[in-house]
Amino acid sequence: MLKQIEGSRAVAEAVALCRPEVISAYPISPQTHIVEALSEFVRTGELSPCEYINVESEFAAMSGCIGASAMGARTYTATASQGILFMAEAVFNASGLGLPIVMTVANRAIGAPINIWNDHSDSMALRDSGWLQLFAENNQEALDLHIQAFKLAEALSLPIMVCMDGFILTHAYERVDIPSQALVDAYLPPYVPRQVLDPDDPVSIGAMVGPEAFTEVRYLAHARQMQALELIPELALEFRQAFGRDSGGLISPYFSDESETVVVALGSVLGTIKDVVDELRTEGKSIGVLGIKTFRPFPLDAVREAIGHAKRVVVIERSFAIGQGGIVADSLRKALAGLHIPTHTVVAGLGGRPITTVSLDRLFRTALSGELGNLTFLDLDHAAVDRVLAHEREVRRSGPGANRMVQEIARANVRIV
Amino acid sequence: MTVQQISFYQTGTFTVGNRLLDEAQRTVQATVARANSLTSGHRACQGCGEALGARYAMDAAMHATQRQMVVVNATGCLEVFSTPYPETSWQVPWIHSLFGNAPAVATGVAAALRVKGRQDVRVVAQGGDGGTTDIGFGCLSGMFERNDDVLYICYDNEAYMNTGVQRSSATPPAARTATTPAMGDAPGNQFGQGKFLPEIAMAHRIPYVATASVADLRDLEAKVEEAIHLRGARYIHVMVPCPLGWGAASHDTIRLARLASECGLFPIFEARNGEVADVRKIRHRVPVEDFLKPQKRFAHLFDPEPDTRRIALIQAHADRNIQRYALLP
Ligand SMILES: Cc1ncc(C[n+]2csc(CCOP(=O)(O)OP(=O)(O)O)c2C)c(N)n1
Ligand code: SF4
Repeated sequence: MLKQIEGSRAVAEAVALCRPEVISAYPISPQTHIVEALSEFVRTGELSPCEYINVESEFAAMSGCIGASAMGARTYTATASQGILFMAEAVFNASGLGLPIVMTVANRAIGAPINIWNDHSDSMALRDSGWLQLFAENNQEALDLHIQAFKLAEALSLPIMVCMDGFILTHAYERVDIPSQALVDAYLPPYVPRQVLDPDDPVSIGAMVGPEAFTEVRYLAHARQMQALELIPELALEFRQAFGRDSGGLISPYFSDESETVVVALGSVLGTIKDVVDELRTEGKSIGVLGIKTFRPFPLDAVREAIGHAKRVVVIERSFAIGQGGIVADSLRKALAGLHIPTHTVVAGLGGRPITTVSLDRLFRTALSGELGNLTFLDLDHAAVDRVLAHEREVRRSGPGANRMVQEIARANVRIV
Repeated sequence: MTVQQISFYQTGTFTVGNRLLDEAQRTVQATVARANSLTSGHRACQGCGEALGARYAMDAAMHATQRQMVVVNATGCLEVFSTPYPETSWQVPWIHSLFGNAPAVATGVAAALRVKGRQDVRVVAQGGDGGTTDIGFGCLSGMFERNDDVLYICYDNEAYMNTGVQRSSATPPAARTATTPAMGDAPGNQFGQGKFLPEIAMAHRIPYVATASVADLRDLEAKVEEAIHLRGARYIHVMVPCPLGWGAASHDTIRLARLASECGLFPIFEARNGEVADVRKIRHRVPVEDFLKPQKRFAHLFDPEPDTRRIALIQAHADRNIQRYALLP
């Protein structure tokens, strides 16, 4: 059924259609609307049988999911930012124990300074935690990915994060198609756990593993996650046959196979990028886009095949590895190893700074003319940064960095378009 | 079940002869139906109070639930010594997740059971004093506050033993641990009122809180049996001396546990809905020195000279417990 609906509400409805049996969650913006809606569905009996646990922290939220999942219940939670860091220890634990928990990450920056707006720092911080990571481009895809995620997680017995841009998607009203319960039921069978805490057939889950076997355990976790590279396209195809639309998959090409310059990105910014690319293509520029839908496991072969012909690659990153540079670009370089394709990292949209078509247009034109540097910060106020750096060189003690930066930017009256 | 009045025939250890009791009142360890929740061959130290306490508590729970139970374990000695992969000593469905999340994992297990309509399967969570009173305290309080249907058992050996005897918030005043060395003006752990979790549990007004000790295993069994049949959040705090951490002889575990209660430092009681309902009276009151002296962790209180001031402070703690819980007959 087509509905004009908030992204969070759409995701909550999709999750409810997947019939989770235990939901254990703790509020944090911009994820809250999702779990609020779900708790309402549980209270009204719309989602039944389901237990909704109001826990005292994200650490407890993920721990509750671990217990419920190990007991054989289909389990869901959602979080963002400080929340996912607070649960980090349990996040690694859930994957180590092979529990197919589905978690929405409503992507948000990580403090300090505290900032509630969107970027990808939070899920990227846990990219090596053994969870699969899927990134939604729009709300329809966010909804569809949740349905696929439960199936995928349970097939592999591994947990999955469905990442959607905080506010940009979670709080946006868009028209989405919400499938019927019958359709979802036909696609997603009930959860059959790989291993369960059964009093009639007791197992010990979570034993201490020493050096003699730990490497093998880790290797197997990797091998299991890598199976997703085959399973995800299969599930996406199955999804298309059942639901009549394309959603998910490993990558999404957009004129990338015929273009010399390829822009790579994940999440909602893909829409804006495609708009700009459309304009440039009407001018006859050879530019295309490659969306990464599955970031973990990283589809190295698919990416290499899709853009191995390119003359240059521009990676739009919504997170930043301090002291290193781009996180996505690193994976790209690995995918393109030996092909000698210049890969440019562009850090954009940190902490909710808008990524505008004007800025992207300027950026892509610079790239097309071969003048883009290795590491670019889109719309960075260089003057303000230089002043602060100069000041820091002179004065060892200065006020809180963010304060000072904001003052400096205000003084220079710089407008960010 | 009406309690059978019998007279004690052993004065040395207070052990009650099983043979004098009705079969229903005998310890589960005395029957062929003994559950063996924790099988032998695990890696606990000789004389480990925690291994003993856990074995009795879990066997009693298995007996009471007719094996329809799930156990959640916090990280700590009990977890490490019982599950060195690929071996496990547990005959019950058992999960270990992390150091600080056993109560929350148990909440999740209980929720899953509820949604699946399994009223018959009961959830027991367990951990050491560190996992319970320190790092897992937030999760435990949350579990109490929601009144989740979990029985939580804390094995209190008064320090972090698994990581090499460091102080926990259950470590008694003046005790030497690896992080509270017996040096300086105030050797050993700081003096303070400590964190006595049973009273904090009571403040949550949960249905059942009890303390128990490996010195009275029949009492421990009875409390586990009592607690397992109740619904909601329940808490049992068990005194389990650790020969390694306390610096005591392996054969002194039970004796030290008994002395802890007989001097008043570890009161034994039951509380229902936040009110003390029953206490175990002290039978032969002893001064705290009797408890402190056999342990190396308190050696600095006696060597080179008895530190009468600190011993008196510890005695005051014991006296306060005796008063507050009316422990004298
Ligand atoms: C987050 C975290 N911090 C620290 C540790 C290290 N650690 C493991 S067990 C333990 C102490 C356990 O003490 P306690 O709970 O009292 O149990 P005991 O070993 O004494 O039975 C510590 C500090 C850990 N596993 N996880
Ligand atoms: S260190 Fe203490 S608690 Fe740990 S196994 Fe040894 S005796 Fe038991």
